[in-house]
Amino acid sequence: MKKERSLIKSILIGLAIALAIIVYAYGFKVTDVNFEETSSEIRLTQLTRIIRALAHPDLITYEQKEVVVETPVYLPCPEGEVNIPEPDTTSPYIKLEPYCGDGGDYIIVRGYNLVPGTKGPINFIPPSGTTLQIGNFETDANGKFEERVKLPKRQPVSEAQTIRVIARSNVGTPSPSNIVIATIDKIIETIFLALLATTFGIFIAVPMSFLAARNLMSDIKSPLTSVTLLVMGWLIGISFALITTRYIAQFSNHYFDTILYQLGGLIICVLAIWLILRWTISKEETSISSVMKAVRTIAMLFAVLLVILTMYLSARILYEGGQFLMGILGPLDFLGLFIAQSGEMLRIATPVLASLAAGAILGGIFSNFGLLIADRYSNRTVKLINIILSMITGAALFALIGALIQWLYLIDNLIETFWIPVAVGAFLGALIAIKNSANDLVPIGIVIYSIMRTILNAIRAIEPLIYVIIFVVWVGIGPFAGALALTLHTIAALAKLFSEQVESISSGPLEAVTATGATRVQTIVYAVVPQIIPPYISFTLYRWDINVRMSTIIGFAGGGGIGFLLIQNIKLLDYRAAAVQILAIAIVVASMDYLSSALRKRFV
Amino acid sequence: MLEVKNLTKIYEGNIKALDDVSFTVEPGEFLAVIGLSGSGKSTLLRCINRLVEPTDGQIIWDGVDITAANQSEIRLIRRRIGMVFQHFNLVNRSSVITNVLAGRLGYVNPALSIFNRFPEEDVQAALRQLDRVGIKDQAYKRADELSGGQQQRVGIARAMIQEPDMILADEPVASLDPVLAHTIMQYLEKINREDGVMVLCSLHFLDLVHRYADRAIALNEGVLMFDGPPEAIDDEKFKEIYGKEAERVG
Repeated sequence: MKKERSLIKSILIGLAIALAIIVYAYGFKVTDVNFEETSSEIRLTQLTRIIRALAHPDLITYEQKEVVVETPVYLPCPEGEVNIPEPDTTSPYIKLEPYCGDGGDYIIVRGYNLVPGTKGPINFIPPSGTTLQIGNFETDANGKFEERVKLPKRQPVSEAQTIRVIARSNVGTPSPSNIVIATIDKIIETIFLALLATTFGIFIAVPMSFLAARNLMSDIKSPLTSVTLLVMGWLIGISFALITTRYIAQFSNHYFDTILYQLGGLIICVLAIWLILRWTISKEETSISSVMKAVRTIAMLFAVLLVILTMYLSARILYEGGQFLMGILGPLDFLGLFIAQSGEMLRIATPVLASLAAGAILGGIFSNFGLLIADRYSNRTVKLINIILSMITGAALFALIGALIQWLYLIDNLIETFWIPVAVGAFLGALIAIKNSANDLVPIGIVIYSIMRTILNAIRAIEPLIYVIIFVVWVGIGPFAGALALTLHTIAALAKLFSEQVESISSGPLEAVTATGATRVQTIVYAVVPQIIPPYISFTLYRWDINVRMSTIIGFAGGGGIGFLLIQNIKLLDYRAAAVQILAIAIVVASMDYLSSALRKRFV
Repeated sequence: MLEVKNLTKIYEGNIKALDDVSFTVEPGEFLAVIGLSGSGKSTLLRCINRLVEPTDGQIIWDGVDITAANQSEIRLIRRRIGMVFQHFNLVNRSSVITNVLAGRLGYVNPALSIFNRFPEEDVQAALRQLDRVGIKDQAYKRADELSGGQQQRVGIARAMIQEPDMILADEPVASLDPVLAHTIMQYLEKINREDGVMVLCSLHFLDLVHRYADRAIALNEGVLMFDGPPEAIDDEKFKEIYGKEAERVG
């Protein structure tokens, strides 16, 4: 019995080994493993050439001194004696042997008294004055050279033509080459590109990380009535905000058309908001009449509209102020650009922020209303309400999916892109509502968590180099496209790392703060945030480090930064220039690595 | 008065933590909850402020059904219930006073509290509570710089600043040495006697139960085994609660 088992075991091990060999053999085939190629002579010479070029980065240039020496030459040989003036042998001179010939003949050029170790071209100058290079020379230790050159095939000319030798030698102190200057310019661009991508990324990654943390989301459960109303509140809130912001934008553009009006409007808005907030937010929740409550709610809504207007006005003021500053600041004009672009950012962000706020507020009110319904009415009534609400919500969500399909695939068929999705959504909604009993709690937190995780994983799976292609189409070739691509990837990567940190916090303080009667937001601020600040800083620095590395190649796809120069030089086969960029990348990445680990040590 | 009626909690995987537990606690009473580790003491205390959702049964406090409260109602109930934990559950990286002020979160304006702004009277109250437990001079230190006994005092101050009508203490002295244990228990006793706050305290050591509690209840595998004055726990009762092999210590 025992022997039999060990026999089976050995057979299994043998099979496993055989399988492993097959796997690796196939791997060799598909990856074209070819070690003969590595010792091929042609390839080795090419490799050596490139490696040598890379080892000679084009870092420095010298100011060059040129010594020009000329001598007449006849092409073809004239009749009779060739009259050549005797050269001045105290200074550099050249001699030909012979001084004349036919096109295609070889002559010998000899140089004397030149600076030892200099190089240069040997040129043939016809009467027209154009330059034909016919050879190169390099002087020996005595300042002499001897080169055999071929005379060009030209129209015969009777008068004397010229052979000119230009001896170039380096003088003075070395200075950085143009390539180095361009590389420094681009490597700075690269570092800042990474900095911006990281900074923008954090702002979105932090809130997302809370939604993607299982320990915070798992206990969020709500009755179906509340959940469906929450979804609808968000949908209505977002559409309401998008329409409202558009009107307010038009309003502010139309009525606040000069800087004076804008500034005045801004001040009045801020004052009004402050007064309303002071009036509506009381320190203690005392019992107030429902009329008063309604008045306060309306006042709050008005304040929200004012906030949106304020944002638009600030955006305009920033933009125009920035434009103005750009004109007068001279070398500091980038500060003006920064202010103007901040204004643009605010203008673009306003509808998004307003949608989020309106969605959150309306979603909150609606879901509270849902809780009230679920609490107050009998199970049968609630179930009926649930079925209706769930059908509407399902239909609305699927109508959105239908709209997306229409936009992507241009089906142009209302039945397929609207009615069928609506019907399917309503059917699924009804199914869920019928399956759940009235007082069952829907684990909405886990649903949001799963959706969030899926989105993050999908975004993270695609490399920034590929995102660049899309952003280049959107904002043009350059570092901005690269920054946006890196930002997108940073959001996904950081949100995942951050959420894992949230999941690993100690749950005790969370429990303690919840037990005091704190709201969910308060619990996060008081029990979660203090625990995650050090790891968040640490991961942010780490991500900056990664982004610097990524941004060195993001230029390959048109994303700006040093990669742009590098790929250009590689394609031009200018390996000495490419070597400069590779060196710069190595220096920056290594020092970033050091810097970020040093900073991280201080925070953790 | 707190009435617990037929309380049952079944965790995922069909683990029965509480099995049909019923008892009442009078206002101003100091109730000790005893039993082995895993007998359901923590679950029982956490059901009362709904940190753990009961599976079945009712908890009625001064006529209000805690088990039926919705999200916002439970927050209003929780702010009247202070809780003290075995491992203190302080936010280590925050200052002592911030940890204490966290006890006011149920009362203050949620918007302002996000920016760590508390009304001046709350700050004063926090300092007073710290003074009461004798660590006012540590108020602006980081919580993890304090010793274990000091940390538990911060935990008590946090519970007391809620101005609670009930305190749930989940093995408040199990991580402390015997001398500190008495100090902490004396604070709880003082709160119970002077402020008339109802205290439900789970304890391991019977001498602490005898010394501080008015009444004791005992759990064994989620079943209520005993409800009566601490003096009534004789050797026979003891073996019933803790099992036949158990030996009395302390």
